[in-house]
Amino acid sequence: MTPLLIAQLVLTLFVFVALLSSAAVMVYVERKVAALLQQRFGPYLVGPSGLLQPFADVIKLMFKEELRPGAADAILFALAPMISATAAFAAFAVVPFGASTTFFGLLSEPMRLQVADVNVAVLVIFAIASMSVYGIVLAGWSSNSKYSLLGGLRSSAQMISYELSYGMALAGVILIGNSLSLTDLVNHQAGTWFGFIPRWSVFVQPVGFLIFMTAGIAETNRAPFDFPEAEQELVAGYHTEYSSMSFAMFFLAEYINMVTVSAVATDLFLGGWHGPFLPESLGWIWFLAKMGALLFFYVWMRWTLPRYRYDQLMSFGWKVLLPLSVINLLVTAAGVLYFGV
Amino acid sequence: MGSDALFYVFGAFAIAASLLVIAQRNPIYSVLLLIASFGALSGLYVLLDAPFVAVIQIIVYAGAIMVLFLFVVMLLNAPREDTQHDERVLPLLREGPTRFGGALAIALVVELLWALTRRPQAGSFAGAGVSSVSAIGRSLFTDYGFAFEATSVLILVAMVGAVVLARRDPVIRNRTATRGGR
Repeated sequence: MTPLLIAQLVLTLFVFVALLSSAAVMVYVERKVAALLQQRFGPYLVGPSGLLQPFADVIKLMFKEELRPGAADAILFALAPMISATAAFAAFAVVPFGASTTFFGLLSEPMRLQVADVNVAVLVIFAIASMSVYGIVLAGWSSNSKYSLLGGLRSSAQMISYELSYGMALAGVILIGNSLSLTDLVNHQAGTWFGFIPRWSVFVQPVGFLIFMTAGIAETNRAPFDFPEAEQELVAGYHTEYSSMSFAMFFLAEYINMVTVSAVATDLFLGGWHGPFLPESLGWIWFLAKMGALLFFYVWMRWTLPRYRYDQLMSFGWKVLLPLSVINLLVTAAGVLYFGV
Repeated sequence: MGSDALFYVFGAFAIAASLLVIAQRNPIYSVLLLIASFGALSGLYVLLDAPFVAVIQIIVYAGAIMVLFLFVVMLLNAPREDTQHDERVLPLLREGPTRFGGALAIALVVELLWALTRRPQAGSFAGAGVSSVSAIGRSLFTDYGFAFEATSVLILVAMVGAVVLARRDPVIRNRTATRGGR
């Protein structure tokens, strides 16, 4: 075992644990921010200012009874939450979150802060996102309950519809960066214009960024697009019949997907780990700060905007967002051809 | 050596999943096993130094097309297939479409044996340079430009056709009826 291989294994394990704990942190942040916006206290009993609340939630979920409806398809019912959670974890594997580093001279050659350096990373994220639909569809179908089935169908229709705009928004950045590798795309955004404006893609692709974030919220089934779990109509949507740890897996997948979308948006549009004042070896601090800001935006949106109607969601996706993203792509392509970026 | 072992793992997985697709009685499991088989094929593409094709295989086949398959199977609520014919009679001697299937299976086995006994021809396989994204894009829009555009028109026609067939608008139906009457 070479030191580089050991470092790679440690990094993989670290990312796994970090994603797990990011879900716990996000649950706490979500409840605290919601309380702030609604002028309540939020969780404050468990631990100092409620900091241990996520652990209490996890322990409660672990000791709940695992229930399965009698008419459910046993194999698929067990498989569906696993697909959701696996897809959520797998997508983060190709996301770089810092510049190459030797860990203060511990390693002989620099290592990239990324689990797997794939040269088609953008497409891999897209492929894994399209796999996560199966978890939800199968959960809805195998539960053999009308709420679950309707929730599953709605959710997959929504994810398939918004995936198109999502991909088109990505394509704009890919055209400018001229690469499918996330590391290359981030490095393309290093430096500044006129000495003070950072060369981030968001300044070249503002429309693309808006489309990406909107479609990203719809992809992760979050409010104001949280139709799969529209409580008034569908009880809890595709995970109505799930309890205990299999419910926790869906819950985990939702939060990790949020983290992944924010991380990808940071890499593609906000310059990744590039930023002023800090040396490149500490770039991951910038990365975390930008990702945190986007995650806060996610939570902020959820507790500010009411849920749309389902037909509004569909007509917005197909009649507004998709044409807009196509026009954005065409203009970008023309610009790249004309200016030769 | 590592990639050899991976080849056998992916290959065995693809074959096993494909066989199980036709051995299943429950159509939902068939669809899922077909997805698994596509996943194994995509692994084989990665081993052939074609990551782009591998990812496209997942996005297009496993992601987009199979979701539609799954929807159709789920919404039609296709029942488990139960055999209505006598299992003891050989497929070729049975009545109806089973006989045709049996003939196709024999043809497939003969073709496979023929392909497996031939020696691989060196140089007949395009190099890894073709598998890069820009190379694929370039040849798709120059050498195969006509085929590419013709396919997209074909898909558009199919899409318009599906919309027209599925549409239940009384106004349009009346209009076509009067036009037909003229």
